[in-house]
Amino acid sequence: MHRSTLTQAKEGLKKKQFSALELTEAVFKRIDQVEDNVKAFVHLTRESALYQAKEADRKIAAGEDAPLLGIPLALKDLICTKGARTTCSSRYLDKFVAPYDATVTERLKRAGAVIIGKTNMDEFAMGSSNENSWHHPTLNPWARDRVPGGSSGGSAAAVGANECMAALGSDTGGSIRQPASFCGITGLKPTYGRVSRFGLVAFASSLDQIGPMTKTVEDAALLMNVIGGKDPLDSTSAENALPDFTKALKGEIKGLKLGIPKEYFTSGIDPEVEQAVREAIKTLESLGMQTVEVSLPHTDYAVATYYILACAEASTNLSRYDGVRYGYRSEKSDNLLDMYLNTRSEGFGEEVKRRIILGTFVLSSGYYDAYYLKGQKARTLIKQDFEDAYKKCDLIVAPTCPAPAFKLGEKLDDPLQMYLADIYTISANLAGIPALSIPCGFTIDNLPIGLQLMGRHFDEETLLKVGHHFQQNTDFHRKFASL
Amino acid sequence: MKYETVIGLEVHVQLKTQTKIFCSCSTEFGRPANENTCPICLGMPGVLPVLNKQAVEYAMQACLATDCRINPRNTFDRKNYFYPDLPKGYQITQLNLPIGEHGHININVNSVQKRIGITRIHMEEDAGKLVHGENEDQGKSYVDLNRTGTPLVEIVSEPEMRSAEEAREYLNQLKAILLYTGVSDCNMEEGSFRCDANISLRPFGQEPFGTRTELKNLNSFRFIQKAIDYEVERQTNILDQGDKVIQETRLYDSDKGVTRSMRSKEEAHDYRYFPEPDLVRLTMDNEWIERIRKTIPELPEQKRKRFVTEHDIPEYDAGVLTASQSMANYYEECVALHPHPKIISNWIMGDLSYELKNDGREIEDCPVAPASLIGLLQLIDKGTISGKMAKTVFEEMYQTGKPAQEIVKQKGLAQISDSSSIDKLIDDVLADNPKQIESYRNGKETIIGYFVGQVMKASKGQANPAVVNQMLKEKLNQP
Ligand SMILES: [Zn+2]
Repeated sequence: MHRSTLTQAKEGLKKKQFSALELTEAVFKRIDQVEDNVKAFVHLTRESALYQAKEADRKIAAGEDAPLLGIPLALKDLICTKGARTTCSSRYLDKFVAPYDATVTERLKRAGAVIIGKTNMDEFAMGSSNENSWHHPTLNPWARDRVPGGSSGGSAAAVGANECMAALGSDTGGSIRQPASFCGITGLKPTYGRVSRFGLVAFASSLDQIGPMTKTVEDAALLMNVIGGKDPLDSTSAENALPDFTKALKGEIKGLKLGIPKEYFTSGIDPEVEQAVREAIKTLESLGMQTVEVSLPHTDYAVATYYILACAEASTNLSRYDGVRYGYRSEKSDNLLDMYLNTRSEGFGEEVKRRIILGTFVLSSGYYDAYYLKGQKARTLIKQDFEDAYKKCDLIVAPTCPAPAFKLGEKLDDPLQMYLADIYTISANLAGIPALSIPCGFTIDNLPIGLQLMGRHFDEETLLKVGHHFQQNTDFHRKFASL
Repeated sequence: MKYETVIGLEVHVQLKTQTKIFCSCSTEFGRPANENTCPICLGMPGVLPVLNKQAVEYAMQACLATDCRINPRNTFDRKNYFYPDLPKGYQITQLNLPIGEHGHININVNSVQKRIGITRIHMEEDAGKLVHGENEDQGKSYVDLNRTGTPLVEIVSEPEMRSAEEAREYLNQLKAILLYTGVSDCNMEEGSFRCDANISLRPFGQEPFGTRTELKNLNSFRFIQKAIDYEVERQTNILDQGDKVIQETRLYDSDKGVTRSMRSKEEAHDYRYFPEPDLVRLTMDNEWIERIRKTIPELPEQKRKRFVTEHDIPEYDAGVLTASQSMANYYEECVALHPHPKIISNWIMGDLSYELKNDGREIEDCPVAPASLIGLLQLIDKGTISGKMAKTVFEEMYQTGKPAQEIVKQKGLAQISDSSSIDKLIDDVLADNPKQIESYRNGKETIIGYFVGQVMKASKGQANPAVVNQMLKEKLNQP
């Protein structure tokens, strides 16, 4: 039962093959069996989940219907859940219980979902390996000595290990797609503004976006139907009408133009990854799509631009963790400045501190023009690159990551190497465009490889449609890690 | 040496919205600590600001009333600093594209009109406050975030004022304009009108400005003038001794009447301003601006001019009457009922203001309505009571709220004008004073005043003096 996709679980509930309670219990049983080998969760909300499942069964019996009625889902631990802890995998927020639901949480609950727990992540979503979690590192279900990716590594591992039907993650520079790719699942970063950020603990406000992490593209479409759309509580959420993404899956893909950016197939790419991606492109061609070479000339500046802008925003977003109102407060201070210094020194991990310092520096007077302002300009150029490319193609195809999941501890002492793991995913965040990662192969060591599809603003439909057709004709997404 | 004083003012004005600028918490003053808070204004993780449209419209009104040009494109910025009363660790404000720029207001000092430029008006959120513990609580500080997120506009003037009087008059005018437009209640005690002053001196005739200091904590009009006077004297002494003024922020200590150094330029914060990514750009089209422009009422300056030309009252009177809109409304209502502007103006500026001041009331709470005041004035006109008597009646009206007519009747204060009653009084007085009649008939005509006085006394002040005078003359002149 735990192996079901979201869509299959929905079917099973509908046909009364099992109850929501049985499904939820099966998921918890699976978690009890494998969680020690994955460590995907920060905490489970077993009691409230079982209650929600019973509620769902009551509603099903009463003939009610809702898009996610009785479906067990997991949330990345930076999405606020009323009455349950939201820790962001930080010591600072370890005991923080939000007095409100994030808009996505509320939308999931309203759609009948059963929230089973909160998944591990890099602290405040800063990292690409889940090793920056204050709780513990999460392990890759495909290889326990490897990272699941990050920052939504817990969500990716939980889905990959069949510990939930699906999960939500958040993506600031690749934090949904890179772990999805490492864990062999499907992950969508929607267009900036498509999904409300209210209740998503901010890392970099102009880049953050919540998205589905699922076993199939079909499931991602279903979740998007629930979580997407304008939210009056988020001024940056877009007015654009929300299409029916499930309906869009059935659309024709013949004749669509697939852009291949030459800058993404350079020397840095792992040969096995390149081969799998090239094979995937051939599959898409065989489905009637045309390929065209495009150029994204400012790709080289993406990583530097990202780390300037994201850190600048993070440095002020994290100022609120000052020990005054909630969260951690160091006890050993006897004046205000010491309270700030001790609280933040003890409450934050190394990577968070590194980024706060970096961000504070680039915003400082005398450096602002050279870094932040220049970063903004580079961002505009990167955005323009995509606009130019989309004059020649309908979507862009690339690897999600230059290499498969790396070993735990491998890049921990080299932040720059860690940052380069995001090299192919960062541009979509800077440009604000939607991007999807789907499984497209395995290495000799049986590590999943991800294919990335990037689309035009607010054109998730094309990405999901192409992804779905790909999955209809391949079975990489049907493979399970043996645990 | 005599120096020229250069003053620029920064005024923080709390907008009169019911709710805060980025959340729906109440802005009501005086609630128990932290009652007016929610996850958004507490800066909880994951919350986002949503701009209050009413706050924007009040800010637009403030701009239009001070002749500022409204920027069609507005952006918000974060001003970063740590303080326990600032929950997010940054204040959302406007740096690069404020709502309004290039405005001005006119002031009048010693009958000379002067235009003071307004550099900019920008919107921002207020911070909370710290309450420091006393006695056994010494050393502890408590945070009250009720005020956090209250919408403010900061109105920054050009450094164009040259004396404390000009600064004070600028603030008076600014306050009147804001009250007229209903943008703010400008209540200084509750912190809805707060002023910082930038002050520098330079030798007369010198173009470049001297080094300035910024004065903070000027929370009453009286303090503002005193603080500026003190600071001018302090800087004059420094310059006279050949020393240099240090650029710094100084705090006014109203108990001691001095300014004290708070922080120097070197210690100034680096606020690391940058564009607020949680808010979208605010665009203001012409249609919106024009719609708001239509809501701007006649402003004090226009009103003052109109009163002078249309009602022919002195400039001084017009100035006093337009100081607040309710005062002006009161006056205009009176004039509409009784077209004698100068008489009305005298009453409002005199007896009425006197009673209000004694009572600590504003004119909107005046127990004597315009129609009542006019009822009183009409009794004088008709000769029912004397002008002197009217003052007593007015006092009674103010205390009891009763109409003039009723008071006059109840207390039997009406003048006696009918000749038969007066005839009797005169006959009695004349009968008692044969010697004085003799003097009068011998040519000492001024003695008539004595007779009038006696008759008035006998009537307990109620006889109509004009009638008494007339009848006395007639009787005395009879052989
Ligand atoms: Zn609030």
